[in-house]
Amino acid sequence: MQVEEKFTYETWPAHSEKATLEAKNKFIGFWLFLGGETVLFASLFATYLALKDKVPNTSMPHAKDLFELPLTFAATMLLLTSSLTSVYAMYHMKNFAFRKMMLWLGLTALLGAGFLGLEIYEFTNYVHEGHTFTSSAFGSAFYTLVGFHGGHVAFGLLWCLTLMFRNSKRGLDLYNAPKFYVFSLYWHFIDVVWVFIFTVVYLMGMVG
Amino acid sequence: MANHELNSGNPRVDIEYRRKKSKEEMRYQIVSFTMMLFLTFIAFGMVAAKGFSHWFTVPIILLLAVVQVIFQLYYFMHMNQKGHEAPSLFLFTGLGVGLTAILTFMTIVWW
Amino acid sequence: MSTYAQKKGFGATLWDFLTTVDHKKIAILYLIAGGFFFVVGGLEAMFIRIQLAVPNNDFVSAGLYNEIMTMHGTTMIFLAAMPLVFAFMNAVMPLQIGARDVAFPFVNALGFWLFFFGGVFLNLSWFLGGAPDAGWTSYASLAIASKGHGVDFYVLGLQISGIGTLIGGINFLVTIINMRAPGMTYMRMPLFTWSTFVTSALILFAFPPLTVGLVLMMFDRLFGANFFEVTMGGNTVIWEHLFWIFGHPEVYILILPAFGIFSETFAIFSRKRLFGYSSMVFALVLIGFLGFMVWAHHMFTTGLGPVANAIFAVATMAIGVPTGIKIFNWLFTMWGGSVKFTTPMLYAVSFIPSFVAGGVTGVMLASAAADYQYHDTYFVVAHFHYVIVGGVVLAILAGTHLYWPKMFGTMLNETMGKITFTLFLIGFHLTFFIQHFLGLWGMPRRVFTYLPGQGFETANMVSTVGAFFMAVGVIVLLINIIVTSARNVRVGNDPWGDGRTLEWAIPSPPPFYNFKQLPLVRGLDAYWLEKMEGKMAMTPAEPIGDIHMPNASFLPFTIALGLFIAAFGAMYHVDHKPWALPVMVIGLLVTFASMFLRSVKDDHGFHIHKEDLIEKTDKGVEA
Repeated sequence: MQVEEKFTYETWPAHSEKATLEAKNKFIGFWLFLGGETVLFASLFATYLALKDKVPNTSMPHAKDLFELPLTFAATMLLLTSSLTSVYAMYHMKNFAFRKMMLWLGLTALLGAGFLGLEIYEFTNYVHEGHTFTSSAFGSAFYTLVGFHGGHVAFGLLWCLTLMFRNSKRGLDLYNAPKFYVFSLYWHFIDVVWVFIFTVVYLMGMVG
Repeated sequence: MANHELNSGNPRVDIEYRRKKSKEEMRYQIVSFTMMLFLTFIAFGMVAAKGFSHWFTVPIILLLAVVQVIFQLYYFMHMNQKGHEAPSLFLFTGLGVGLTAILTFMTIVWW
Repeated sequence: MSTYAQKKGFGATLWDFLTTVDHKKIAILYLIAGGFFFVVGGLEAMFIRIQLAVPNNDFVSAGLYNEIMTMHGTTMIFLAAMPLVFAFMNAVMPLQIGARDVAFPFVNALGFWLFFFGGVFLNLSWFLGGAPDAGWTSYASLAIASKGHGVDFYVLGLQISGIGTLIGGINFLVTIINMRAPGMTYMRMPLFTWSTFVTSALILFAFPPLTVGLVLMMFDRLFGANFFEVTMGGNTVIWEHLFWIFGHPEVYILILPAFGIFSETFAIFSRKRLFGYSSMVFALVLIGFLGFMVWAHHMFTTGLGPVANAIFAVATMAIGVPTGIKIFNWLFTMWGGSVKFTTPMLYAVSFIPSFVAGGVTGVMLASAAADYQYHDTYFVVAHFHYVIVGGVVLAILAGTHLYWPKMFGTMLNETMGKITFTLFLIGFHLTFFIQHFLGLWGMPRRVFTYLPGQGFETANMVSTVGAFFMAVGVIVLLINIIVTSARNVRVGNDPWGDGRTLEWAIPSPPPFYNFKQLPLVRGLDAYWLEKMEGKMAMTPAEPIGDIHMPNASFLPFTIALGLFIAAFGAMYHVDHKPWALPVMVIGLLVTFASMFLRSVKDDHGFHIHKEDLIEKTDKGVEA
């Protein structure tokens, strides 16, 4: 199977993301990477849970005093919706509808950027309240965990834009289909991590 | 090579079948998205309501998170389809290792 | 086409190795780099032993001793043992499963260069103001307080090389999952391939906690975070846990490939099928699984409480069971076989009592109550040197002799090999056996000297003499390598005469595409099966056709180089050097630009045409 081969709607294979050996390797390899990422984030969660509310003096803000529901809720909605838009992108990839796929990917990136914007706004707020990266072990652990996730979102954005930019003129083929698919896996994984962040960090932080 | 495993000789038939299949899949994905939204609402609602005790809220929102992640993994990331044996094995092993670490950090780091 | 057929100038060869994505050449790179660091770590070991040879010695100062001891451990584990093991995995595993290359050749090269630059970065600390001095475990209480940049070198260097190892592990896993030849089912895979598989899985799950630990340490030391600052609410035990969640699987990452090499050796030189193949596989997987449940046995004296100590003690002792299964299977493989005592086989045979001794002291240390007595004494030093030298290093030496012909097409001299073996084995036991007693007599580990009249003199002198035996053994090996390379007597595909697995079915060294036609695997020990039926070669599973190969690339080198540069910037940024931040940015830019280039520039590889392959056969070049 030549990867450069041109396809039509009729000849486009059902599983374009796994049609070549390279694609199969990419697929398994990326899932394994996500397995490793699970341990990475688990270690960060563990560290956060061990250092939650550990501040040098009691006058400093605790989780309970810091977090606000509306902001977290808005961020959650943005990221959750971006997960759905990337599902739509993959749906159109399956149907060999390149333009539509790009449109939905663009939407995904937009929502991701919105999420990042909210996160930056949130962090600046906390800094004003005296909760900084260097102010306490709690601060270090919080910014490291949430920041690692934010960094993943930022990397995903760059990745998505690079993919869109590189393939904007050539349409779908068996060389780039697995790349799009793997990106969508990554994006969903980011959302999986966020589900635990908003639950464990924010909601449980507010409950006390 | 073996890319056209569903091909019955008539590409048209195959295409229509596939279209139907992915439409159906898309419907499941919309349903799971709705469910995820719903679960998120409940989780945020419970915390916003402030009336529930800590020991009631925390297990419930953790459970909701787990359910939501299962939707994400099995529908959005297609782990419900075949060919995901190695991914599940490694993802769940990673989860096992990670949960052991979390358990440790919550029990024996401070004393 | 063949790269081996042509004579090339030095520049061309160097460029070839800088850009190669061929697993066999990457294996050679790993072997050279790992061998170099092995010698460096060995020199550090010699300095330690010279310093401790007599009481009140001042061969090195206390501070320098701390640096040497730290770097000895770190170098040997991360920069010598792991890459040497990776060398054999790269050289042999793809051949054993009948693959033409690994799943991600580019990533394979990237993994090597990350390891290499990480290792170079770490060792540059010697010349740039002092090496790390907080022990190879770099416990936070020491590391945070350590002056100068030593620990920063440790943190950044290991981070870079750790990423390389992680992606190398993923690469091996995918290769084994997806690229086995027709008929090569999981339960027909050679034991070395199985051990590569389990080891890579351990790498996948063990390295992320290390990454996190190193990130936290880096944030604390370089960016003002407070993870381990107790006055700011931090907790140093977090480092200990993260380090050992990685660190314990790490020792299995080292020992499992050793088990794999010895399993191959026993079967080949007993000229008999490996006894209890499926139980061997089961034991490997079980050891890998249990390896994640036992890390806190390194921390019994931290004060985890009796419940945690009991759980981890029992889990630790449980590992003795699958290990015992393996030991007995090896013994039974030899039993009734027609054993040939070649150099690799001598290592394999002597490995059994040496490693069992290390295992027995392991069970002693696993008894949490007794561990309070052994902890931080030379008993522990003796224990882990018995498992790592008696297991891993013996396996690396065995593997060097066993696979040298496959990697370089010429045999190491057997007589000199046996001299190396004798010197090394005697030296090893001389050095470390006595250290058990030193520990039980109360000599603490990691001290730079001791006083006369405490009863430690003779034992320490004996230990030092043993170390010199090992050093001479290694020197003989190096001479052997030089002499062998100079003579360069070419050998055929199966130089040991008793090869059982696929790698022995193709020329030494293999052509760069490995298999002209993918072989059909009809059972365990595929090549042996064919030989027993009187066939000279494997039955092909496909007609001769075009072979798709990946393109060479310089980008792995530049990606790794960028991180290497950035690490300097990150490190000197705390000294408020004006150039530090720009250097960090430039380094990261190099890395990200290389990655960007990689993603926008299509790399479809190239094809070797059928006609070229057929032509070569006609000319009498075996393929």
